[in-house]
Amino acid sequence: MNDAEERKLALSHLWVAFIAFIVACFMGEYQVLERSGFIPALDSPSAYFASVSTHGVLMAYVLTTFFIMGFGYYIATTSLKQPVWNKPLAWGGFWLALIGVVLAAIPLLTGKASVLYTFYPPVVAHAAFYIGATLLVVGSWVWCVIMLVMFVQWKKANTGQPVPLAMFATTMNALLWLWTSAGVALEVLFQLIPLSLGWIDTLDPGLSRTLFAWTLHPIVYFWLIPAYIAFYVFVPKQAGGFLFSDEMARLAFIVLAVFALPIGFHHLYMDPEQAKGWKLLHGIGTFVVTLPTLVTGFTVIASLEIAGRLRGGKGLFGWIGSLPWTNTMVLSVILSLLMLIFGGFGGVVNASYAMNGMIHNTAWVPGHFHLIFAGTTVIMYFAIAYYLWPMLVKKPLFSSSMALLQLWTWFIGMSILTTPWHVLGLLGQPRRISTVVYNSLLTLAWKPYEFMMIFGGLILLGSACLFIYNLAKTQFNASTEVFDGEIEFAEPIHAVTSLPEWLNDFKIWNKVIAVLMAISFGYPILQFFIMDTYESSSWGF
Amino acid sequence: MQTEPLKAKCGQVFRNFYAQVQAIHIDQLELKWITISMLVIALFVGVITIDAFFHGVNPPSKVETIDSASLHLNKEFAEDNLGVQVDDKGVITIRMVAGRYSFFPKHIDVPAETSLTFRWVSMDVLHGVHIPMTNMSTMIVPGYVAEITTTFPKPGEYPVLCNEYCGLGHNHMWSNISVIAKEDWKAPVKSPAKGGSNNE
Repeated sequence: MNDAEERKLALSHLWVAFIAFIVACFMGEYQVLERSGFIPALDSPSAYFASVSTHGVLMAYVLTTFFIMGFGYYIATTSLKQPVWNKPLAWGGFWLALIGVVLAAIPLLTGKASVLYTFYPPVVAHAAFYIGATLLVVGSWVWCVIMLVMFVQWKKANTGQPVPLAMFATTMNALLWLWTSAGVALEVLFQLIPLSLGWIDTLDPGLSRTLFAWTLHPIVYFWLIPAYIAFYVFVPKQAGGFLFSDEMARLAFIVLAVFALPIGFHHLYMDPEQAKGWKLLHGIGTFVVTLPTLVTGFTVIASLEIAGRLRGGKGLFGWIGSLPWTNTMVLSVILSLLMLIFGGFGGVVNASYAMNGMIHNTAWVPGHFHLIFAGTTVIMYFAIAYYLWPMLVKKPLFSSSMALLQLWTWFIGMSILTTPWHVLGLLGQPRRISTVVYNSLLTLAWKPYEFMMIFGGLILLGSACLFIYNLAKTQFNASTEVFDGEIEFAEPIHAVTSLPEWLNDFKIWNKVIAVLMAISFGYPILQFFIMDTYESSSWGF
Repeated sequence: MQTEPLKAKCGQVFRNFYAQVQAIHIDQLELKWITISMLVIALFVGVITIDAFFHGVNPPSKVETIDSASLHLNKEFAEDNLGVQVDDKGVITIRMVAGRYSFFPKHIDVPAETSLTFRWVSMDVLHGVHIPMTNMSTMIVPGYVAEITTTFPKPGEYPVLCNEYCGLGHNHMWSNISVIAKEDWKAPVKSPAKGGSNNE
């Protein structure tokens, strides 16, 4: 199959993702420097909050969405062995999303949209910011539709056969994203855009927060699923072994997609507009969704152990040493799992009512999500990029040792950045402050940790530059060597020949999600139309 | 009404599903791990649920609405009423207004080891409030009263910090609270907000 067009499609998406990433990395380092107050000349709240807003949008929306789209197209075409359905539509989605990013970037960079990537009405930004964000999401919906259509078409042509695991997971992610983005879409279309254009005068911030919470939890699973796909379908093969269980992998993706959705209220634990019973219900769901992650941890480590023993590793831990630590995919998964363990502990603290009260909106929270997203998830984005780049550009990777150095420094930098960040939270530092001006002895204890964060950020910035340099060199080097390797999906120990329909299709899960969403968000949203509420007019920042 | 066919059908669907689950290959070791994981999750959920139902450990969730745009006309949050108040039964209520960029009144005295009920409202945008080293933490959403009851175990001077982005001056939004040993604390005679000394 000639897949030149698919490769171009995937490369274009991935480059947008990684350019957004490197720009946002520079902003991140500026932010830790500005916040520390070590360089008084940098002190500027307007520049700081414009930067924080842009950093958040680029990392959380642009890097992730474009990466997931590009990766999804390539997974679909390689795992199903068929061309991407309706390529002009796919390009249309790409350009729509890119125009959205540019449209949103203008107010962001000129300080007209310093409302952070979480929007926070009744503070209102320039309308172009919301419209740009909407176009980005609509562009990603195009991707969702293409994934669903390709899935259904393949199933029709291959009746009764198990859908390849990689495509099954990608399709569950597309379904998850359609449901996830609906919450924020309602908020933006019915509240934020009308308010910013002056079509309405007021909105209910309680309703806005509830709709945003609908999106805010499952969106992190939308970002995480590509990392999990790599865990299941690339890692075992790269390590030299087999996937421990194909069926359990499917179950894990199903539970992730289904239970990630009805649990967003753990972001509203401290909010006055939702009652405690609903919070408890969502809190219990939050613990349920840890299950697929625990299963994933087991499967990945079991797959690695099989590989280690096949490579001659002996003893209880001897197999760890005999893993191919110089394989970028294997190294990434080890470092990713290490960060997942610590990030997961932090997550359980956040999810627990009483403990959450101590760390809510403190520096602990950005510490947590940098560890689990920028650490666990993004390091797998790197691994996927290093793995796919030679196939996409048909040239060998420029430098494998540079890639290994980059992965190690990302892990070390992230550890140095996020450990003090967590400690600062425990010491009471609020998140999202541009400088420390509190006249309190407490703040003296914060200084050394802020200094450590600058250092961690510097290592990360260097690592990010190495990553981009390596990819660019691979693609644009005038090398005559041709890479003709193909993507390899891991084989399960027990090959699956037939599967029950609920492990091989998304339609029944779509219905389950609809029921769960109606239960967990039905009344909590309806209440705003039943109660006597008082709306807020718009405010600048 | 004929429920028998429906019952039979449900039973059939359930039996089919059960048979399919049985047919899935799950390794014994993995099954053990899943069982342990589920027990650990059940333990966490159990502790949180028992605390919520029997020990009253719940986050602030009153769902009480208020018109943030007309707080100045609101009796409860009129200037005279802000700060610490003790009713006939000795119950302490603290009414606070959050607005860019401070909490009002800017300084209050409260007793340690005593149950305190805070009622926070916003007069403009979204805010959050946290007293570090304590669990006095809540979001303050315009349009809603955030009520939280807590106890400070240790006397001392604490800052009261805004912990939600509310505008470019967010980091300037803070005030002070003095937690005074229970035996040294005196209930304010009338309204604490009237005395100018606390509001420099």
